[in-house]
Amino acid sequence: MSEHADLAKLVFGRLTWEAIPLHEPILLATFVAVVIGGVAVVAAITYFRAWGPLWRDWITSIDHKKIGVMYVILGLVMLLRGFADAVMMRAHQAIAFGDAMGYLPPHHYDQIFTAHGVIMVLFVAMPLVTGLMNFVVPLQIGARDVAFPFLNNFSFWMTACGAALVMMSLFVGEFARTGWLAYPPLSGIIASPDVGVDYYIWSLQVAGVGTMLSGVNLIATIVKMRAPGMSMMKMPIFTWTALCTNVLIVAAFPVLTAVLALLSLDRYVGTNFFTNDLGGNPMMYVNLIWIWGHPEVYILILPAFGIFSEVVSTFSGKRLFGYASMVYATVVITILSYLVWLHHFFTMGSGASVNAFFGITTMIISIPTGAKIFNWLFTMYRGRIRFEVPMLWTVSFMVTFVIGGMTGVLLAVPPADFVLHNSLFLVAHFHNVIIGGVLFGLMAGITYWFPKAFGYKLDPFWGKCSFWFWTIGFYFAFMPLYVLGLMGVTRRLSHFDDQSLQIWFQIAALGALLIALGILSFIIQLFVSFRRRASLTDTTGDPWNGRTLEWSTSSPPPVYNFAFTPIVHDTDAWYDMKKRGHIRPVAGFVPIHMPKNTGAGFVLAVLSAICGFGLIWHMWLVAAAGFVTLIVAAIVHTFNYDREFYIPAEAVLRAEDARTGLLASHV
Amino acid sequence: MVSSRAIGRLLALSLSCTTMLAGCDMVLLRPSGYVAAQQGQLVVISTLLMLLIIVPVIALTLLFAWRYRESNATAPYTPDWDHSIQLELLIWAAPLLIIIALGALTWIGTHTLDPYRSLTRIDSARPVSFETEPLNIEVVALDWKWLFIYPDHGVAVVNELAAPVDIPIRFKITASSVMNSFFIPALAGQIYAMPSMATTLHAVINRPGEYEGFSANYSGAGFSDMRFKFVGVSAGDFDRWLQKAKASKDELTRDAYLQLEKPSEREPVRRYGAVALDLFDAIVNRCVEQGKICLREMMTMDAHRPSGRQSARELIALDLAIDAVVCRADNSIAGALLPSVYRD
Repeated sequence: MSEHADLAKLVFGRLTWEAIPLHEPILLATFVAVVIGGVAVVAAITYFRAWGPLWRDWITSIDHKKIGVMYVILGLVMLLRGFADAVMMRAHQAIAFGDAMGYLPPHHYDQIFTAHGVIMVLFVAMPLVTGLMNFVVPLQIGARDVAFPFLNNFSFWMTACGAALVMMSLFVGEFARTGWLAYPPLSGIIASPDVGVDYYIWSLQVAGVGTMLSGVNLIATIVKMRAPGMSMMKMPIFTWTALCTNVLIVAAFPVLTAVLALLSLDRYVGTNFFTNDLGGNPMMYVNLIWIWGHPEVYILILPAFGIFSEVVSTFSGKRLFGYASMVYATVVITILSYLVWLHHFFTMGSGASVNAFFGITTMIISIPTGAKIFNWLFTMYRGRIRFEVPMLWTVSFMVTFVIGGMTGVLLAVPPADFVLHNSLFLVAHFHNVIIGGVLFGLMAGITYWFPKAFGYKLDPFWGKCSFWFWTIGFYFAFMPLYVLGLMGVTRRLSHFDDQSLQIWFQIAALGALLIALGILSFIIQLFVSFRRRASLTDTTGDPWNGRTLEWSTSSPPPVYNFAFTPIVHDTDAWYDMKKRGHIRPVAGFVPIHMPKNTGAGFVLAVLSAICGFGLIWHMWLVAAAGFVTLIVAAIVHTFNYDREFYIPAEAVLRAEDARTGLLASHV
Repeated sequence: MVSSRAIGRLLALSLSCTTMLAGCDMVLLRPSGYVAAQQGQLVVISTLLMLLIIVPVIALTLLFAWRYRESNATAPYTPDWDHSIQLELLIWAAPLLIIIALGALTWIGTHTLDPYRSLTRIDSARPVSFETEPLNIEVVALDWKWLFIYPDHGVAVVNELAAPVDIPIRFKITASSVMNSFFIPALAGQIYAMPSMATTLHAVINRPGEYEGFSANYSGAGFSDMRFKFVGVSAGDFDRWLQKAKASKDELTRDAYLQLEKPSEREPVRRYGAVALDLFDAIVNRCVEQGKICLREMMTMDAHRPSGRQSARELIALDLAIDAVVCRADNSIAGALLPSVYRD
């Protein structure tokens, strides 16, 4: 009998029926909706016999363009989840005053704000940024794929499986109630004995491997695979920011992996790295997590800066002003982002000199950032600005971001931070730079490169709707939080006594509603554009009169990107080619060497997730089996020698002829 | 014509905004304690300093966006102009100058407003006189309530704090289990309350009144209600407040503390007429429970731990010394803990 129980414990760990939240109506309704949606998707795929193509063309694909698109889809799906959390919080805070306790008990509310932060940063912004870099960088540097195509597929699936683990916590067990950085001792085993923090740890660990490897991959790609003639100082700015971002990723993510590993040792085997007793030191965790966490925000913003640079130059019909100073500014930000982490905890009792040092280094970052803003400004100066949707996002960014930058520098003044730390002022500040900077940039980038990926533009009307709802919604949602912060209201509260604050929370909730309309407009835009794709088609491959190499190929580009590797003479390579009357080669093609698709990345990532799930629930047998099969599968994959093939010259000719026909019909 | 009407509308809008903002209590900008007042001032000065550059940037962005729109054929167009030494010098120098000014302000402000530094002034007009002794208050963040110990008076109060006006206060701050942040916006900026660590905050309240105090760092389920009243009172009222606490028959012994420490929410104000000796010290060193080895002693032993270079003889001698410590500990827990930790 007891042997039986032990075996059950090895298989199921602490997972019982009670872990399924049948008693929580909100979760139950969500669960039912997800199941219905899931069944519908599965049925649709089966009905359209799409399983085969889905597996062959997407899941196992090592084409950087498809992987880029899958990253973006993952990011957008997770955005819906993260935003649902945001709406729940805004709605709750707008009503939880006085005797009204709101509709979320702290137990649920605390999970929501934790999940919101984790998801928005790691499973929305990161996949969207990585997706755009994946899609655009090889095209911009005239390469046929990334340096390690299989690794790219593996990285994507690791990120997706990390996201899957977070989503699983919604219906099996619960998520962490610690805030998005899970400071111990609150995240230690004594204060948080349940599975929440373990979900946090393992989803980040699994996704972190993916992020880290894709960083290595893109650095190798940018350093080694640029088209002939493209020296470092002729690289497009987006590629420069991608390079800097990936350097940050490679240098920062191992720290996250290490600090989470130490936290899991504390939780699983009873070590005392971050405990209160026996020499443990929670401050060490706070330092380490921010040594990753601060560069992390630059990992997000730098590519957004790159996007704005591309967009502002294209739509102003002008060379980017101050290319060299833009590059140096990016590099300086990259380096300085490692010297500021302590500004996240001035209030933890460091001495005045330490605080002043980190405050001033933080302010220094605003110098290259300010220079960037001026560079965009003077790119617009004496330009011919076309206010297409990406440009609208850019102008809105320039106005919004400087406000966020200003409040950021204000928070870097330690005595000011003593009163503003952890307040809603801080919450308003980082949403101001992350929405006004990163998200606006991603929206600009998605609109800008969408025709390249799919061959038709996005419908501008719904794009403008989305833009205005987002922009106005942002101001309504976050300006009240600045005010509340100055009134001394701290964050993460689930209930308020002071009725006079309520109006500000109600305005903020209205803002969230407007943003919801912005997201809805974006979704409508995707559908409308798909239905009207015939009239929105881009036959030229260069719908915006672009300046960099990605616009020299067809939309969507052929698998091999470029039939012949272009030769670069100028920073704005494609602009330069157009100006010099570049003639597209139509004959003399040779077979092209390409990597082959493989399912190994998907399999390895799923096994990692199974291992992680086993560890979360203390299902030691499952975890061990997952780990062993993971290792075996990785070894087996190394014996796969059938990894490449040649696209015959005739196939290249056929594809290029088709494009010649298309271009001719356009003219 | 149009522009003047637009400006008028803008003015009306900003006016209505100001009236709305005036309606609410921006405690950070109008606090009642000298430290918070200086911090609030720094917020305002820094913001104004940065607006010097932010406002022109926003204005220029909108101006350029309007002036160089595609449909405006009269505006000049220079598609290949991408460099100007003078302009680039300017765009690096302008933020640099602002940051130099702000950096100087930061360096000075951070040192003068260092929470560890004893106050030299009560407010901008009055220096602290030599004979004034600061009031010592020990703050312990518990799950989820605040314990304030007045070591000089031998009383303790849960969830209510009082101090006489114009007398410097020296807070010693720690926590029992997880991190919190001790914050009274009207009095002074916050400082974290962290277990096994003690932080310090110097402050003074200048106006009598009742102020909000709370934890400014999320600490678990009961966090939202982890609030207390801070009352600034005259010297006479403060004595009466102390007497009220003194009159309480409850005594904050170590056992009573261990009871109090257990998680609870929305605790009423509770007063203790007497407090166990060195309780705060024991809380910081995590040895309130009788017989538990204090962190301080552990660290001393760690400091004397043999390094790899020490000879075997020294090592044996030290091992004996540690055994002596273990023997002195009057509880089996300490004895059980030590060997695994200290014999490596």
